[in-house]
Amino acid sequence: MSSDVLTVTDLSVHYRTDHGALQALRHVNLDVPRGSIVGVVGESGCGKSTLIASIIRLLAGNAFIPNGRIEFESRNLLDLDEAAMRDLRGNRMSVVFQDPMSTLNPVLTIGRQMTDIQYRRNASRADKQRRAVEMLARVGISDPASRLGQFPHEFSGGMQQRISIAMALQAEPALLIADEPTTALDATLEVQIIHLLKDLQTNIGCSILFISHHLGVIAELCDYVVVMYAGEIVEEGTARDVFHRPAHPYTEKLLQCDPAGIAAKSRSLPTIPGEIPDLVELPAGCIFKNRCGYVMERCDNVVPAWTESAGTHFVSCHRTQT
Amino acid sequence: MLLYLIKRVTLGVVIVMLAVTLLFCMIHLVPGDPARILLGPRATPELIASMSARMGLDLPMPVQVLRFFANLLRGDLGMDIITNRPVTEIVFGQLPYTLWLIFTAIVFAALIGIPLGCYSALHRNTLADRITGVVSVACITAPAFVVALCSLLLFAVTLQWFPAVGAGTRGDVADQAVHLVLPAFAIGLSWIGYLARLVRASMLEVMGENHIRTARAYGLPERVVVYRYALKLAVLPTVTVIGVGMGFLLSAALFTEIVFARPGIGKLIYDSIVTRNYPVVMGSVLISTVLFVISTTVSDLVNAWLDPRIRTSL
Ligand SMILES: Nc1ncnc2c1ncn2[C@@H]1O[C@H](COP(=O)(O)OP(=O)(O)O)[C@@H](O)[C@H]1O
Ligand SMILES: [Mg+2]
Repeated sequence: MSSDVLTVTDLSVHYRTDHGALQALRHVNLDVPRGSIVGVVGESGCGKSTLIASIIRLLAGNAFIPNGRIEFESRNLLDLDEAAMRDLRGNRMSVVFQDPMSTLNPVLTIGRQMTDIQYRRNASRADKQRRAVEMLARVGISDPASRLGQFPHEFSGGMQQRISIAMALQAEPALLIADEPTTALDATLEVQIIHLLKDLQTNIGCSILFISHHLGVIAELCDYVVVMYAGEIVEEGTARDVFHRPAHPYTEKLLQCDPAGIAAKSRSLPTIPGEIPDLVELPAGCIFKNRCGYVMERCDNVVPAWTESAGTHFVSCHRTQT
Repeated sequence: MLLYLIKRVTLGVVIVMLAVTLLFCMIHLVPGDPARILLGPRATPELIASMSARMGLDLPMPVQVLRFFANLLRGDLGMDIITNRPVTEIVFGQLPYTLWLIFTAIVFAALIGIPLGCYSALHRNTLADRITGVVSVACITAPAFVVALCSLLLFAVTLQWFPAVGAGTRGDVADQAVHLVLPAFAIGLSWIGYLARLVRASMLEVMGENHIRTARAYGLPERVVVYRYALKLAVLPTVTVIGVGMGFLLSAALFTEIVFARPGIGKLIYDSIVTRNYPVVMGSVLISTVLFVISTTVSDLVNAWLDPRIRTSL
């Protein structure tokens, strides 16, 4: 058995649009070692959510995967039939989605939704409810037993996000995927949730793929960090390496925008001057050249190679290759 | 909730009063003096005048309207000028026939239309979906009285599967049910198409929402995702449409009752207009309007019952 829970190899995902194929992910490689926490950072529109959707194979109807492998627990998910895939979802892998206000069903109670997803467990209704209550308590919802009968709209956005996290944890998956799970939370709660995720990871030994645009959280929580830009991975390494010795100009800029530590969370998204290039008509050369402060002649038409900058630290930038 | 009910009842009263006043005006515009028609061509002017006085037709119209409402408050809709029976008795005697007809038509339409819409949504752009789409639109555009006439000719006259006229023997449930089939079909057919299109559209919308992705991300069986997680949301617009469409249903019922010579409010209105039996016309129109107001309110309440978000905002 390989030491990685998840291995994504050379994955590309395109969306069919009126203007042509939008290349949301291009040749992405990503490993999540067993028992580790891997963070993915990048501005919005970089393809983070697309990456998640392709891992659980719930991509939008207009998406297609021209190439790639997604190996999870030694099976290529892209080869599995729907039944086998469904068997993994909410069981071996679970997801906390972005945008908490729309992830829960508005006409079913929280209790109902949390017990329904335990359908694989051969337990009584009361037993399933007890488990749901326990999970809600763990994510810091007060008086959880009485709240099982409530509907999502009776909770605040932050509360709904915590419920989503409780649901994902309840599954005790081998891989937990979290798409910006702390965005709707305040700083104190964010710290709590981070600790909760860490606890869970040590207790049940799951691996976590954690997506955030908040670098402080990534630094606190993750062992490895992957930096995504415009559908490509531009830098990757241990959290220490990436944050202390950023090798890619994009990472540098992200850090400049959001230097705050975990305790003092900056509310705003990182904003870097310039825009992500058109993903339908991709520019030649380096994908970041139009926003880069160190642009060289070579950047214009030569795609930088994926190179080792030190030990486990990789980057695709011409600057490090000279 | 209480505020909502108060608002609804007030609105209902206003609608009923407007409808009644409007009807008074229309009756006065229709040529033909009811007293003269009632008494026949050989009646003397004195007889006609005294009959007019008895019917209150000699009073100015606003007074007539006010008198009608004053009596209404006492639960009195006046007397049938032909049989001299209370109008309330006549109207409430006919009401169940119409209610059963409408109810059967809607249940029939919902039982076929909603699953059809679901099926189309889940098999979008397949041949079956396209056929359903074309047939649905054809059904929607078919007027109830045309369907009534055609089905009467085909199933009752030619094939003789179902009885052609009447509502069946009183007390004989099976016979009454058999008599309901064709009229209910005539009214319900266009609703099948309508509900199928509506449910298809809202089902497609709901299936694309984020919470459905969540349900799938937990590996819930597709059957559960569709019928427990999505359908409950997708039928919400349907309930509203049925409530609001009650006016169309009533008028469709009216035509259908005439075609099938079925007792009911529609037939009652028709017969009483022909004989210029105005108290009965007024009474039946009033009851139909009340029925309309009640049904829209009920559909709101059903919606609130299905959707907790509405429940809290009521
Ligand atoms: N269903 C879709 N159809 C077309 N384009 C899409 C679709 N979903 C996402 N995209 C595009 O793919 C790119 C990546 O989006 P996404 O994965 O949501 O990024 P992120 O989660 O990092 O914000 C964006 O340019 C976005 O506009
Ligand atoms: Mg996203």
